[in-house]
This record gives sequence, C-alpha cells and structure tokens, in this order.
Amino acid sequence: MSETHYLKTPLSKADIMKITAGDIVYISGTIYTARDEAHLRILEYDDENKPLPFDLTGAAVYHCGPVMKRENGEWKAVASGPTTSDRMTKMTPEVLKNHDIRVLIGKGGMEGLAETMALRNCIYLSYTGGCAALAVDMIQSVGGAAWEDLGMPEAVWELQVENFGPLITGIDTKGNDLFKAVKEKSRESFQKQFE
Amino acid sequence: MKNQKQREFQMSVEIKNLTFEAVSQAVAEILKISETTLPKDTADAIGRAASKESDPAAKSQLEMILKNIEIAGKRGVPICQDTGIFIFFIEIGRSLRLDFDLEGAIRNGCADATEKIPLRPNVVDPLTRLNTKNNLGNGLPEINYSFVSGKNLKITVAPKGAGSENMSALKMFTPTEIPKIKEFIVKTVLDAGGKPCPPVILGIGIGGSFNQSAKLSKEALLEELRDPDVKTGPNAYEDFEKEILNAVNDLGIGCMGLGGDTTALSVRIKKASCHTASLPVAVNIQCWANRHAAAEYNGGGN
Repeated sequence: MSETHYLKTPLSKADIMKITAGDIVYISGTIYTARDEAHLRILEYDDENKPLPFDLTGAAVYHCGPVMKRENGEWKAVASGPTTSDRMTKMTPEVLKNHDIRVLIGKGGMEGLAETMALRNCIYLSYTGGCAALAVDMIQSVGGAAWEDLGMPEAVWELQVENFGPLITGIDTKGNDLFKAVKEKSRESFQKQFE
Repeated sequence: MKNQKQREFQMSVEIKNLTFEAVSQAVAEILKISETTLPKDTADAIGRAASKESDPAAKSQLEMILKNIEIAGKRGVPICQDTGIFIFFIEIGRSLRLDFDLEGAIRNGCADATEKIPLRPNVVDPLTRLNTKNNLGNGLPEINYSFVSGKNLKITVAPKGAGSENMSALKMFTPTEIPKIKEFIVKTVLDAGGKPCPPVILGIGIGGSFNQSAKLSKEALLEELRDPDVKTGPNAYEDFEKEILNAVNDLGIGCMGLGGDTTALSVRIKKASCHTASLPVAVNIQCWANRHAAAEYNGGGN
C-alpha cells in the first residue's frame, strides 16, 4: 500500500530516504525549474568553478518550461506542467554529483537512473503530464528567473509552492524504478505479440 | 461570434470578411480555442478511458487530466504549458479570390495570440537555439495548402507539443514487408514509453512518398477519434486501426507510463498510393492534448 508524504524544502537525506517508489508526495517551499539548456549551463558553471545564481543544496528541481506573464512588475505563472524528463537523463548524474539536489520532478521517467539516484540520495517524482492549469494553482509566487537569456522555457524559474502534487514516486533511493517495472512488462507483451 | 458552448462542441469560428485583419484575428481566435479547450471527441475518449480504467493510480491520473481540461477551459488558460509549434492546414476554394497576403495574416495572428493569451515562445534556431520570442521563424508556423471546390476558405490549426512529436517515427518498408507494419507501429509506442504523455493518439500515414507519409500521419490526427467499442461498418482500414489499438493497449504502458489499461485512445490511418517498389509508413504520436480548431470563410456558391 502506498504512503503519502508531505515534504518541505530545503530537503534532507532523511526526508527522502523513507520514501518508496509508488508513494504519493506533496512538496512545499521552493522549487527550481530546469530543463535542457539550464542543465548544460549548470555543468558549464561547475566546470569553471563559478557559483550558480541559485542554491541547489537540498533543492527540488522541476523539469518544466512554464508559460509566464509579467503583471504589475511581477512574474505570474500561466501554465506550468512538467516536460519530458528523459531528455535530461544524460546530464543528470554529473549535476547530482556536483549538487546536493534531493528531488527531481518531471514526467515520463528517466531511463537507467535508479543506481545514480541511490548513490546520490535523490528521488524522482512524476507529475501528470500536460496538467499545466492545475499546477498553477499550487504556485504561491514566482521568485524570478535566472538565465533569462535562455528564453522563457529554458530559464531557471524560482517557484514558491504549497503542497505541490500529487506526485507519484517513480524512482526512490533504494533502487526501485516504477517506470522500469512497467517497461519490462510492456517489453514482455511486445515479445509475446511479435517474437 | 458564437457562444462558448457552441465553440466547445464545434471548435470553429466564422471568418466574416476576407481581409488581412479578419483572417489574422480568426487565427488568433482559433489558437486561443485550441490551446484552452479540447475537441469533444478527445475529451470524451479520455472520459471513457478514466471510467473503465482498472488500475487505481492510472485512474487518478486520468481524472487529474479531466480536471485540468475543465479548469483550463473555465479560465481560458492553456491546457498544457507546451503550447507547441503551430501546424496549419489551409483549404482554398478554387473559385475564391485572395488579394492579400494570406501567409502574412496567419503569421500576424500567431504572434498576436502568443502575446495576448499568452502562449509559450517555443520557436528557436535549430543550431544556435536562439528563441525568436514570438513563435515565428523560418518555415514556422508550418502552413500546408490544398485546393478544394467552391469559394470557401478553411484554416485549421493544430498546435503540436514536442513531447509527443519527438517520439514519432518513419520507416521505408519494402513491398513484401506489409506484415511488419503493425510491429513497427507498436515498437514505436513501446520505445516511447511514458515520454509522449500517454494516453496517446496515433496518426498513421501509409504510402505516398517519404514526406507524404509523414504529412498523412499528421493529417490523420485531425480525423474524428473512433470509440473502439463502436463499429461503424465493414472497412479494412478501420479493422486495422482497431487491431493496432488493441496491440498497443496490450503493452500496458498506461497513463504517463506508470502502467494501466489505456496507452492509446485511438488510432487513425490515412493512405496514399505509392511507388511499386516502396512502402513508407509514418507514425505521428499525439499526446492526450489533441488540440485543434478551425476557422471558416463561407464564400457561397458551393
């Protein structure tokens, strides 16, 4: 039976190590959006030993390129669902090695990352893809963007969230990967049908 | 101006005058409709999938999608933050006289909708990745023209997100490989897993040339979705669609790749004749946010 957890950032190892794949999670606090170009730039900064303009210690990183609009000088989220996480899979081991990120949020899973997640004490949470209007309701405020030159979808947005979820734990710190289990069953079905 | 209820059902607007301004405005309007409301056939298909889903986790995901669609429609905000690149299909009546820059009017409407709805600026240079900030670029929006009889003009827009587009595939089969077509389609869905935001809709283009098959697969996504439990008549292509749908759903990928009964809501096939030595097959994957809407100018005399 799956459990429900309520987390608050900054996150500690203890916060996430008790969570098992399949568990439901809600997050409150600060989350940072980051997708392809932001991952590349984080690694560039790391290579040059340059400090990042945001703090990833105990952070939750959200694979998301939101629609934002500026109202009375302040940014407001218009639509903010998750993007396909697997595009970030290749860059993630290095990013997790360099930064104590505890939670990744996205959709579609990250193939072959369970071992890295166990090693780096990080979990992967799945938010329902396309549910951009629902996600906005859980964003209290937008703290602003770093690296706006990357364009609206690729910039790093600081979001203050309240009970952001329900998120389904896809990968835990114990080597479990929900998406991998589903994929294995799918592959069996395919083999039965065609091989 | 039609009322909201009619719009949700018909997903179309009327272009009153054939001018640059009226077309530009109609384009902005159909972009708003398509980005904020789903066609009824698609919303119904998601509803049916939710009600018959046996996996509780998948069922709750599908219910979240239904709730999201409802909220987006009510508030007039985008259903999904990936508001896509804009694919247009234009039908021009052969007897219609166009004396203004139609393409310019379409582009103008796209930039306007991007700013006002607002939509996410998604268009970048393929190599420098520099964002144009208004969803206009070289060759984008994509505009496909075709001629029909009469004096009408019909503009259909289908915003397409990258999550599902990235998982699409095309294969040039040889004529003796017809039995392999189904396997290729199902393998494409298997490899995509949860990435294209299932439950998906599959547009299949069979035949034509290399690029024609891809275009057919995209056009197939504009066809009305079939309810797999309702048979409309004896038709080899409909039977093949159903056969593919069953095979894909047997994979059990489910909503968002977390497992479940419905991986695909519908499969639609479009075909064209092809060279005696070739057999192109294209699979265009569409996420559950199967967005499209149309604007029409009635020139009379049909």
